[in-house]
Amino acid sequence: MPKPRTSDGITQPRLGPSGWLRWFWRQLTSMRTALLLLLLLAVAAVPGSLVPQRSSDPNGVTQYFRDNPDLAPILDNLQMFDVFTSAWFSAIYLLLFASLVGCVIPRTRHHLKALGQKPPKTPLRLNRMAGFIRKEHHGAETDARGAAGAAEQLLRKSGYRTVMFDEPATRGRPGAYSVSAERGYLRETGNLLFHIALLGVLVAVGVGGGFGFTGQRVVVEGQTMVNSLVSYDSFNPGRFFNDSSLKPFTLSVDTFDVTYQSDPNKGAYGQALDFDVKTTTRLPGEEPQSNRIKVNEPLSIGGTNVYLLGNGYAPTITVRDPSGRAVYREIIPFLPQDTNLTSTGIIKVPDGLADQLGMIGFFYPTPFELGTGALTSAYPDLKSPVLELRAYRGDLGINDGTPRSVYTLDTDGMTQIAGGKSGTDALRLGLGETVELPDGLGTISLDEVNRFASLDVHRDPAQGWVLLFAVLATAGMFAALLIPRRRVWVRATDGEGNTLQLEYAGLARGEDPQLAQAVADVARRHEAALDLEAPLDLEASPDFTSQRSTSSRTDVNSSP
Amino acid sequence: MTETLSQYSAILLYCTMVVYAAAFVAFAIDLAQRSAAAGRPVAQSGAGEQLTAAQRRAAAQTTQTASGQAGGSGTVTTLDRPTVIDDDAEIARTRSGGVVIRVAMALTWLGFIAHLLATILRGVAAERVPWANMWEFSMTGTVLMVGVFLGVQFKLDLRFLGAFLIGLVLMLLGIASLQYYVDVVPLPPALQSYWLVIHVLVATLATGFFALGFALSGVQLMRTRYEESEDSPPTWLGFLKTLPAAVTLENLAYRLNVIGFILWTFTLIAGSIWAEAAWGRYWGWDTKEVWTFIIWVIYAGYIHARATRGWRGSRSAWLAIVGFSAVMFNFGIVNVFFKGLHAYSGL
Repeated sequence: MPKPRTSDGITQPRLGPSGWLRWFWRQLTSMRTALLLLLLLAVAAVPGSLVPQRSSDPNGVTQYFRDNPDLAPILDNLQMFDVFTSAWFSAIYLLLFASLVGCVIPRTRHHLKALGQKPPKTPLRLNRMAGFIRKEHHGAETDARGAAGAAEQLLRKSGYRTVMFDEPATRGRPGAYSVSAERGYLRETGNLLFHIALLGVLVAVGVGGGFGFTGQRVVVEGQTMVNSLVSYDSFNPGRFFNDSSLKPFTLSVDTFDVTYQSDPNKGAYGQALDFDVKTTTRLPGEEPQSNRIKVNEPLSIGGTNVYLLGNGYAPTITVRDPSGRAVYREIIPFLPQDTNLTSTGIIKVPDGLADQLGMIGFFYPTPFELGTGALTSAYPDLKSPVLELRAYRGDLGINDGTPRSVYTLDTDGMTQIAGGKSGTDALRLGLGETVELPDGLGTISLDEVNRFASLDVHRDPAQGWVLLFAVLATAGMFAALLIPRRRVWVRATDGEGNTLQLEYAGLARGEDPQLAQAVADVARRHEAALDLEAPLDLEASPDFTSQRSTSSRTDVNSSP
Repeated sequence: MTETLSQYSAILLYCTMVVYAAAFVAFAIDLAQRSAAAGRPVAQSGAGEQLTAAQRRAAAQTTQTASGQAGGSGTVTTLDRPTVIDDDAEIARTRSGGVVIRVAMALTWLGFIAHLLATILRGVAAERVPWANMWEFSMTGTVLMVGVFLGVQFKLDLRFLGAFLIGLVLMLLGIASLQYYVDVVPLPPALQSYWLVIHVLVATLATGFFALGFALSGVQLMRTRYEESEDSPPTWLGFLKTLPAAVTLENLAYRLNVIGFILWTFTLIAGSIWAEAAWGRYWGWDTKEVWTFIIWVIYAGYIHARATRGWRGSRSAWLAIVGFSAVMFNFGIVNVFFKGLHAYSGL
């Protein structure tokens, strides 16, 4: 079988399956691929900020579907509403991390070997190296061997790993002693630590998401929640979650105080300044404890954290039949619609009246009548609250057991009897007031208004690990980016007539803007240690910047 | 009282802008003088000046080859590569000794002091740190940009960036005073945390470093263009001759961007810790979190590009520019127009 040929006549080896695999792995772990994957990751994250995400903004997604009924399903097929868990986003970061692993393993092996090794032999021509300095001293008290020994001591003290070489004389070169030194191994250690810690972050995030949960629950002042599955309004368990990680605690919201900016002459009138929830928690077999939850201060209990994420009003409403018997009494959380807490809620009275009764309520903590006669809320605190109700009678649609949201009212099978086009005004109630329902159905009262706290209960068993790995990664990054790895050489040669010739040079192993300065510094300290004064500079001119430019030019010319 | 102080702060900021405008003009004149001087034979130059464009390219290539050999085929950043051109020498060679640049720097210092006072005054007026809405972010962000610019001068002479950087700062302050001014309002409960002091300050400081890195990368691209063309640049770009070599500009940009990157990483982690306390999760892909992540990844790519064959030089410079554009987008667009939990623009 003829070997495949490329157009320019180069014979390429045939690759079997394992050969292709190896080729693929080599491509994947190449720096260029890693870089492209990184940039791709950045690009792939962009749509996650342009389109609402189910994870962070589920209502936004619903709204998007309503506003763009044609586009939304197409985007949904492309997983645009779940970008960060989508197949394509996951593919990019998993490939990136595979590439990272493929690189970290050989480099770790290589680095471990390097850690056990001595610095390599001193190059013959130091004048080709960075920061080269050559000096000659007459009448020095030390010989080359002593000078090299002093250099070794000095470098070792400065954290260099050193080795001294006795370089015997060869043709055209006198015998010399040289010190080869290297420092900054921590740079590569930090580099590897950074990348391994990133892997740690990824794994910890995955584990935390898998075993943790988040649950939301609205608790009205005076009410108690129990930490069990059924008591949550909504609950998002991780893939490996099981009920046993729900510690059986109870939490009562005793009071919920809110402070507002109440001076109308200053800016931001009505802005909330402080939310303060006083709670009592009970764990089985323990004394009840009083605590508080604030916006930046979650409550930690039984391995979970409880956060205050929202607030609103929950009116207590009683409906009585014409005979005065209470057929309905509920505390109903109303959902806030604006910053002044104009809120809406649904009241459904299925039994006890002549007909089923449904009401859409609007609650105004501090009502203000607009020119049109409609109400709005002018301030979020309870000043003279008003509840306005549109009432419907007929079939609530719950008789056949169909589950219905408590936050919506299906008016299809119902007749409006108050508000809107019914011909009767909407019902308006102040605090403690009672009004007649239309059609002689009975009465309705607004007994009480309490605040509710929207609590988020969150457990992430790996959260501490994520932080630990993030801190390790940062520490590694510090070392990898800021510690210079460099080699420094010192060579001492005994010249004729009691002269001592000293040469210094360095090599950057990575980003090292201070290298030349460091070599000059070693030279200065070395001379000070040897008590050498007034050296006779041979090649290092007083302005050794131009000297270095010359040596760099040599490099340029000698390179192919 | 609060309003009066806040208005004094705003007036002081307008004065600052006038001083900066004067500094900008002086920096521009300095560049023009450099252009003119570049036409004449150079008198005080060192050895570096004599490198021809071709030699510089050779130098750059040497660097790249070395990088390829030493770097191997690793994903982990390899930075094993000798720097052929001595940056300090390059900067020393191109130092401008003119009177105009000194005037420009003096004006910048004067502007900076007024700017700093204006910012502090705003903080005093609000009785908290002056970075809790767009107006304050702009004020503090630009004061830190100028502060980083002035601070770096003690280590590296980057005065030639003055026109570029002060121009950018003036533009940002202009937009801020037209669009972002708001009166002092109390902090919403979500912002009442010491993390506001740490997280936002570090993020803003990172922006300062990224801005300077961006300016250097921009100049680097222009300078590369000049080095690669054998013809003389048009007269108005003559100053390019008098700037450090592109390789030096790239090295300097890298040093500043690395500091920015470290600060940005800290911003990200501090933000996560705060988000955990305030919102019940350390990471939730909120729009601002998405963009913080994007910026982090772009700069991580930039750092890797320095060690990737074929990506040094102009390509990595473009990455730095894209990175800073993302920072500006995150600040100017995401803060104001995107829906999310970080809705603190105050507009």
